Amino acid sequence: MYFFRHFGSFILMIRGMFSRPENYRMYWKELMHQCVELGIGSLGIVSIISVFIGAVSTVQTAYQLVSPLVPISTIAQIVRDTVILEFAPTLSCIVLAGVVGSKIASELGNMRVSEQIDALEIMGINTRAYLIMPKIVACLIMIPLLVVIAMTVGIWGGRFAGQAAGIMSYEVFDRGLFKDFIAYNVTFALTKAYTFAFIISAIPAYYGYHVRGGALEIGQSSTRAVVTSCVTVLLADYILAALLLD
Amino acid sequence: MIEVRNLRKGFGDRTVISDVSAVMETGKCNLIIGASGSGKTVLMKCMVGLLDPDAGDIIYDNLRFTGMNTGEKKEMRRQIGMLFQGSALFDSMTVEQNVMFPLDMFSNMTRGEKQKRVDEVLARVQLVEAHRKFPAEISGGMKKRVGIARAIVLNPRYLFCDEPNSGLDPQTSLVIDKLIREITLEYNITTVVNTHDMNSVMEMGDRIFYMYQGYKEWEGSNQEIIFSKNEKLNAFIFASDFLRDAKDMRMLELKGRISDQRDMDSMLRES
Ligand SMILES: Nc1ncnc2c1ncn2[C@@H]1O[C@H](COP(=O)(O)OP(=O)(O)OP(=O)(O)O)[C@@H](O)[C@H]1O
Ligand SMILES: [Mg+2]
Repeated sequence: MYFFRHFGSFILMIRGMFSRPENYRMYWKELMHQCVELGIGSLGIVSIISVFIGAVSTVQTAYQLVSPLVPISTIAQIVRDTVILEFAPTLSCIVLAGVVGSKIASELGNMRVSEQIDALEIMGINTRAYLIMPKIVACLIMIPLLVVIAMTVGIWGGRFAGQAAGIMSYEVFDRGLFKDFIAYNVTFALTKAYTFAFIISAIPAYYGYHVRGGALEIGQSSTRAVVTSCVTVLLADYILAALLLD
Repeated sequence: MIEVRNLRKGFGDRTVISDVSAVMETGKCNLIIGASGSGKTVLMKCMVGLLDPDAGDIIYDNLRFTGMNTGEKKEMRRQIGMLFQGSALFDSMTVEQNVMFPLDMFSNMTRGEKQKRVDEVLARVQLVEAHRKFPAEISGGMKKRVGIARAIVLNPRYLFCDEPNSGLDPQTSLVIDKLIREITLEYNITTVVNTHDMNSVMEMGDRIFYMYQGYKEWEGSNQEIIFSKNEKLNAFIFASDFLRDAKDMRMLELKGRISDQRDMDSMLRES
């Protein structure tokens, strides 16, 4: 019952987002602002995480793969595929759910509690369209980009760690990297990225927009937003894998 | 002119506004007064459509606001300015950007024209040195003034102020009251003010609506309020000895009995 009520008003919120902008220039400005705020603002953390995830993958795969029958460059292949398929999209998005999600939820929550949303409504502005839409669209633009960057940086981290730990040279890694490369994996990863981008922007927006009360509730709702979007990301991850990978 | 007809609003099974009817006239300051929790803010939010009333009608100059669809309401709201109880300034924007925001959104003015208009309204509310400050950096009274500036920048026909002087010192309160009153007369707009400030009631109450537990208990002007026999109203508005004395004084004054000093002295001795 609880779930259906929230799901219902979530759908209403999404539907309410689609209306003719009162002023295209202002919406564009807001969109650009959100792209910078949410996208560029998360670049640092995503890069750092990806480097280490890539590096750890290489070292651990090498540790687990002890058979002399398997060529050492296979490690690069495994690192490439796990980074592209899982680490870059899913792990980045879990982290982004925390970074971006709490930002969206607390910003909207604060605007709701301090009546700034009401003030916009009084001016005759559709606040769902003006406040929520640009955030979701900005995430849909920026998060797939961040995921691509995470892939590149992650693989680079793995390559670097391989050399640094004396597991394999750059040449060996590169040989594995380009062997049996399946382009579909990238498509799949981007499909995930778009799905997750929607989840980690829309769910926190829902929680933030519907806050009632004061500062305490803003905190609670942003925590709830992050937890819900993390769980939803993982659920969607599983569903997409089951549907799209055979 | 704004007409409220048989308005009713509740939350859950609790009725907050019961069957309120009122006519708020153009070019006048219409005050809604009442104790904390009597439903002033809810009434105002129903009037501007931030809350949907359970029953009743809101009519703006012969246009039935309550029957409008979302698009028509949006259109109508361009003519409404509102000052919120907590100012509700956009805290990511400077004072100037706050006031310019409605212009950016809804006008076709050039950058220069907008700037000119912003300077004009900020000067109107006597704020000239805070243009580039953020809301967090200015005082409560300044925030209210920025809120008023933002509310009037598009020349609204209806101005709503929710407790424009709560939390302000008496002097600043007076300045803000005076400002609201002047704006009302100057642009001949319909102004609705929520307040429980006695000074405001006396200074600018062209029409006063007294709310008691969700009912409209009394209505009249600031002249009539002095002579009102309504006990609830008197208990609310002339709550302290000081105010009761002030009331008696004003009553005498209005009755024209204070013709000379000697007369007043004798009367004071009597009472
Ligand atoms: N969104 C809401 N949900 C439930 N109850 C509400 C809501 N808003 C207001 N109320 C209730 O309605 C009553 C009237 O509230 P309102 O804010 O109108 O009071 P007020 O007259 O403006 O008081 P104050 O002078 O303190 O601002 C209060 O008892 C409040 O608890
Ligand atoms: Mg109130």
